[in-house]
Amino acid sequence: MLGRTLREVSVALKQGQITPTELCRKCLSRIQRTKFLNAYITVSEEVALKQAEESEKRYKNGRSLGDLDGIPVAVKDNFSTSGIETTCASNMLKGYIPPFNATVVQKLLDQGALLLGKTNLDEFAMGSGSTDGAFGPVKNPWSFSKQYREQKREQRRPKLHREREGTDWLIAGGSSGGSAAAVSALTCFAALGSDTGGSTRNPAAHCGLVGFKPSYGLVSRHGLIPLVNSMDVPGILTRCVDDTAIVLGVLAGHDPKDSTTVQDPVKPFTLPSLTDVSKLCIGIPKEYLVPELSSEIRSLWSKAADLFESAGAKVIEVSLPHTSYSIVCYHVLCTSEVASNMARFDGLEYGHRCDVSVSTEAMYAATRREGFNDVVRGRILSGNFFLLKENYENYFIKAQKVRRLIANDFVNVFNSGVDILLTPTTLSEAVPFLEFIKEDNRTRSAQDDIFTQAVNMAGLPAVSVPAALSAQGLPVGLQFIGRAFCDQKLLTVARWFEQQVQFPVLQLQGLMDDCSSAFENEKLASVSLKQ
Amino acid sequence: MAAPMLRGVSPVRRWSLAWVDGGSRHRRTSPNGSTSNRIREQSSVAQQPLHTAQKPRKGGHKWAAVVGLEIHAQISSNSKLFSGSQVSFTAPPNSLVSFFDASLPGTLPVLNRRCVEAAVMTGLALNCRINKKSLFDRKHYFYADLPAGYQITQQRLPIAANGSLSYGVFVGNRWSHMATKTVRIKQIQLEQDSGKSLHDDLRSQTLIDLNRAGVGLLEVVMEPDLSCGEEAAAVVKELQLILQALGTSQANMAEGQLRVDANISVHHPGEPLGIRTEVKNLNSIRFLARAIDHEIQRQINELESGGEILNETRSFDPKLGCTVPMRDKEGKQDYRFMPEPNLPPLVLYDTASLPAGADSQQVINIDQIRDALPELPSATRKRLVQQYGMLPEHSFALLNEAGLLQFFQNVMKETRAEPKKVTSWVLNTLLGYLKHHNLAVSESPITPSALAGLLDLLDSKAISSSAAKQQV
Repeated sequence: MLGRTLREVSVALKQGQITPTELCRKCLSRIQRTKFLNAYITVSEEVALKQAEESEKRYKNGRSLGDLDGIPVAVKDNFSTSGIETTCASNMLKGYIPPFNATVVQKLLDQGALLLGKTNLDEFAMGSGSTDGAFGPVKNPWSFSKQYREQKREQRRPKLHREREGTDWLIAGGSSGGSAAAVSALTCFAALGSDTGGSTRNPAAHCGLVGFKPSYGLVSRHGLIPLVNSMDVPGILTRCVDDTAIVLGVLAGHDPKDSTTVQDPVKPFTLPSLTDVSKLCIGIPKEYLVPELSSEIRSLWSKAADLFESAGAKVIEVSLPHTSYSIVCYHVLCTSEVASNMARFDGLEYGHRCDVSVSTEAMYAATRREGFNDVVRGRILSGNFFLLKENYENYFIKAQKVRRLIANDFVNVFNSGVDILLTPTTLSEAVPFLEFIKEDNRTRSAQDDIFTQAVNMAGLPAVSVPAALSAQGLPVGLQFIGRAFCDQKLLTVARWFEQQVQFPVLQLQGLMDDCSSAFENEKLASVSLKQ
Repeated sequence: MAAPMLRGVSPVRRWSLAWVDGGSRHRRTSPNGSTSNRIREQSSVAQQPLHTAQKPRKGGHKWAAVVGLEIHAQISSNSKLFSGSQVSFTAPPNSLVSFFDASLPGTLPVLNRRCVEAAVMTGLALNCRINKKSLFDRKHYFYADLPAGYQITQQRLPIAANGSLSYGVFVGNRWSHMATKTVRIKQIQLEQDSGKSLHDDLRSQTLIDLNRAGVGLLEVVMEPDLSCGEEAAAVVKELQLILQALGTSQANMAEGQLRVDANISVHHPGEPLGIRTEVKNLNSIRFLARAIDHEIQRQINELESGGEILNETRSFDPKLGCTVPMRDKEGKQDYRFMPEPNLPPLVLYDTASLPAGADSQQVINIDQIRDALPELPSATRKRLVQQYGMLPEHSFALLNEAGLLQFFQNVMKETRAEPKKVTSWVLNTLLGYLKHHNLAVSESPITPSALAGLLDLLDSKAISSSAAKQQV
């Protein structure tokens, strides 16, 4: 049951094959048994069970709210949840309990979804590995998968039979690694992440999931604790594209509390079945073919392009000439906004407060030093530097101009007849944690965000779809990028692709004895991709 | 309210003149005030020699003072500039604080329509160009009463710019002769007010009340066209009247609804401008004029004795009657201005540019607002002069006292007496009586009807003038 898609489970609930409470208990039990992944910071068991009870009443009375009623979901811990601790994986917000729900959380709850808990992340969403949070790193469930372990055995690597507490586990990607691990390990059917430079798409690719970044302005950011206000969006992680469409249909739309959401009414999302791709034009940006890209992914990218071509689509090479400037531009703008957004954490109104009471200034300094990790403090310092009067013109204004050029690159390509761009999501498959931490957060972010962050600067929709398993048995995703506010079209194409590749489901070792058995998993492979 | 214009019209107690000096007049040698040997206020603490100046001292240089005002007016609205919490001045501490005001992470600003309208109205009343597109920015500094660590303001492109304000001053010796002067308005911007800090030195702590945090402010920035305290006082008074007539701000200085900062420098005419100081904490028109004149004199004294002026912020101490440096403004602040990313550009329309089928709830039409502007004080005074043939000074006096114009008009409605008579009685006898007993017009024991009746009796010669005055 847990391995099913959201839509399938929803049908099962409606047909009475399982009750919300039973489903909820299964998921909670699964969370307990996958605790070693460290995907969750807070498990809101009581809340979830109460919600399940109410959902059950509704189903009994034949008055269920919709496709999400009774569906267990998880939410990244940078979304405000009323009455439930929201930490952003930072000491600064340990113990902070918001008095309100983020709009997207409220929308899920209004549709009857069950909130299982808050997932782990890089502190304040800064990072690409979910390794730099105050509650420890997230482990990629695929580290313990049958697929990965078997490959390792074949290659006769040392350290074969590691315990789950071992040290050769892989990163989940970031910064929404907890949400990705939670969905990937079958503890829930969908999870909210956030995406500022790729933070939903990156972990999705590493965990074999669909990771969707909507157009900026489509989904409300009210209640999402911001990293970069002009680039952040709530992201959706699910096991198939159709599930993402269901969730997006609930979340999208104008929010009066968020002045950056568009006011045009949003039509409900039903993805049409795409059978004929001959009218489609796929663009392959040549600047994305970088030497650091693993040969495996390069070849997969090429195969995907061939797939479209042989199905009748037009596949052409395109150019996004300012791509090479985007990482520095992103760095300047991101750190500047971070410096500004973090100014509110002073220990006075909420959150951590130090014991120093010599003076207000001393209190600020100590509170902020204790509350923030090095990554956050480093970005604040950089950002403040760029915002200084003497530097503003040369750094911030310059970066904004370059940002405009980058956004125009995409506009020009889409205006020339291209419908969708196809690119890699990551440079390689998930790497072992010990290898990942050899470089610092800033270096890693700069490397890992390379295919994803230009999209945030341009405010476009993008989705990472799992394409295949690598030679090591690990998931590799590919990214589709669409025109602004053409999210529906983007997901339609993504779903077609998903149906062609039939990506296998994670088979977690040692958890075969419960309901989500290998039998069910295999059944899923053929069932989920059909409608 | 204390105002220079009252001097010439009523033989009132000199309470209203206290800010000028112990009794001697000041004068200017030329209309633009290029020489102002100020007569220093004699304070009880600091005894300074009087500089009475009929003309420049022999061999001495003339001094010119340059004064520029920055005025913050709290917008009269039901809710705050970017959040829905209520605006009220007498609520228990921290009872009017929304999540956004408290800077809870994840909260976002939502612009208050009424505040924008108030800004447009004020800009139009001050002859400004209303910018059809204006932008919001963050101004960063750390202070306990600024929860977000930044204030949202309009630094790059404010809502209105390039306006003017006309005001009246007495000229020369005769306080009955008024001249109109103009001060240029550089810009008007919308911004957030901060919370309030209450320093408890006994317990070495500071108490923060966020009720005021986020209330909408109009900052009116003026060009440094003024030259003395009297002009500044007249400007502020006129602005107050305008804001009150528009209803955009109650502009009560004592309640902090109108706050004035003055930038002051002195120089010799023909030479470059001097270093300026900023004087803050001016919470009455009277203090404002005193403080400015004091600061001008202080700077002159300092420079004449070979010292130098520091570019600093000073505060006016009404008890001491002088300006003192403010301790906590040390060093130059870099506010690290950055665009406010959560607020798209504010776009205003006029009838020509209004998009077809636009939702009227979502757009603001400048032309509509202009058409609906109420009568401004200058127009009211003009009308009074034309309608009743009164002297301009009298029209100023009628408007300067809250409620007095209404009283006058009520009397006019009910009496047969001539306007000149009514004017004289209202401004001299009635107002004199009220001032003597420290009463506001609203507290007057004499109603307009009563005064009207009395004037009728007088008119019909039923009673004598002195008897009538006794009645009052």
